[in-house]
Amino acid sequence: MSDLPVIPSAAYALLHVPDLVRYGSKPWREIARDPTLKTRLQSSQRSFDEAACYPPNRTFIGAITPPELSQLPRPWHAVQKGPGSADNAGLFGEVVPQDLAYALLQQADVLEPGLIAISSELQDKLSRRLADHPVLADLNVRTPDTLSESRLRERLENGSALPLRLGSTLAGCVQRDDRAEGAEDDNLDARTLLEGLAAKASAAVALKFLLHREKLAPDAIDFIISCGEEAAGDRYQRGGGGLAKAIGELCGCVNASGFDIKNFCAAPASALVTAGALVSSGIYERIAVVAGGSLAKLGMKFEPMLAQGLPILEDCLAAHAFLVTRDDGTSPLLHIEPGSVGLATIGSSASDEAVYRELLLEPLATLGLSLTDIDRFAPELHNPEIMEHAGSGDVAHKNYRMIAAMAVRAGAIEKKGMEAFIERVGMPGFAPTQGHIPSGVAYIGHALEAIRRGEIRRAMILSKASLFLNRLTLLYDGVSFVLEANRGLESRTP
Amino acid sequence: MLEGKKVAVFGERDDVAGLAVRNCVEAAGAEVVYETTSCFV
Repeated sequence: MSDLPVIPSAAYALLHVPDLVRYGSKPWREIARDPTLKTRLQSSQRSFDEAACYPPNRTFIGAITPPELSQLPRPWHAVQKGPGSADNAGLFGEVVPQDLAYALLQQADVLEPGLIAISSELQDKLSRRLADHPVLADLNVRTPDTLSESRLRERLENGSALPLRLGSTLAGCVQRDDRAEGAEDDNLDARTLLEGLAAKASAAVALKFLLHREKLAPDAIDFIISCGEEAAGDRYQRGGGGLAKAIGELCGCVNASGFDIKNFCAAPASALVTAGALVSSGIYERIAVVAGGSLAKLGMKFEPMLAQGLPILEDCLAAHAFLVTRDDGTSPLLHIEPGSVGLATIGSSASDEAVYRELLLEPLATLGLSLTDIDRFAPELHNPEIMEHAGSGDVAHKNYRMIAAMAVRAGAIEKKGMEAFIERVGMPGFAPTQGHIPSGVAYIGHALEAIRRGEIRRAMILSKASLFLNRLTLLYDGVSFVLEANRGLESRTP
Repeated sequence: MLEGKKVAVFGERDDVAGLAVRNCVEAAGAEVVYETTSCFV
């Protein structure tokens, strides 16, 4: 056994919520200018079956591998349900339908009276959906609030609530915190609170799948790190945190404490490195690193989709969960030796080359490795089908070009070998455009499996973070680390 | 070609960053009057 931590397992989930797309930041702003947009958005929605059989989504939840995705012709959104693609489940988790997602939002809501109310006509059906789910049934922890349709409409008419729709059916509503302590606080309006509930509920789904995959009881987790991009809190501490414990509470992790790590899109990579250090030091034994989905990013690129007659592809809240423990002798190692974690120091982050030197070359040199010793690099793995239609190009491929260029600069490959190098170490992007979700860590589940199958020995995860979006600095950040086949496993190989 | 010209630079985090463009156009004799690097993800 080494002193290094390991990642024994990963889980991923997608909550297909086409009727929440209107609450994404971009659609919300555009609907305010043109209310007729709501109808056009609704007519461009994907069905659940279409979202479930969408090849990038199936890759995200582990139903197919990235190499298998790369063999599928595009456009991927034209793929119809076919043999072997009908299931909404993968090795790592599921695509969750919208009615079940609403039931989960209700369970994430801890206030009395609740922020979420479902129509009394639908409540039984939704509660049953959750109670019957083989993995998520335990999340059915509270009796939710219901309202008659006439009361729901009253609540919507007074302007403090937003509708929750299931297609043309008014299923329920989410309302602002109308209590005295919440009144007049813009941070507690219905849409902002829905952001937090969406992050909490989706992260809880990923955590439940992680526990299920590892056959772990919730009380076996002793620390949780949440690393999403939400900013929960009221007017005096917007973004104060508390998601980790809120998610753990919902999942029954009664023996866990936790905290949130913020680092824009690189927060999951930062959280995994931190978790590794915490288990290696012996402070904790089993840490769950979790993140829920971003309501704000639903429909972020909807305009080019509508203009080109495409379905709205950013219709899922994405979530992930990773287990980090001390070396178990079999699971892939997480390299966190001094100098092996890639970073972007304040002094260097103004130059791309300097950033990649610290993010890519120096950590590998510390580990005594060359770029050609890494079997797969996982940079920003945004689904190119979304990014290209929006005019931003294939983000994953752009990152691979930069990695290949650095390999040329380092003398690891020749310039004419760049494309072949990318072909060998790369993969298509497959993650929804949910910021922290595609940022390298979307590949970890596949990396763990590929390492276990002996297909690869090492993978390097590279995350980037646009710190400049906080308007407080012009810097960006980078975090990278190497996953490697466990040496204990190798020593047992004949 | 850029000698004496004023240039607005729009860079992208996952492509060519604003600073890289600035360095190139300044080396070619242009004056950068605006520079930004955007994140489209």
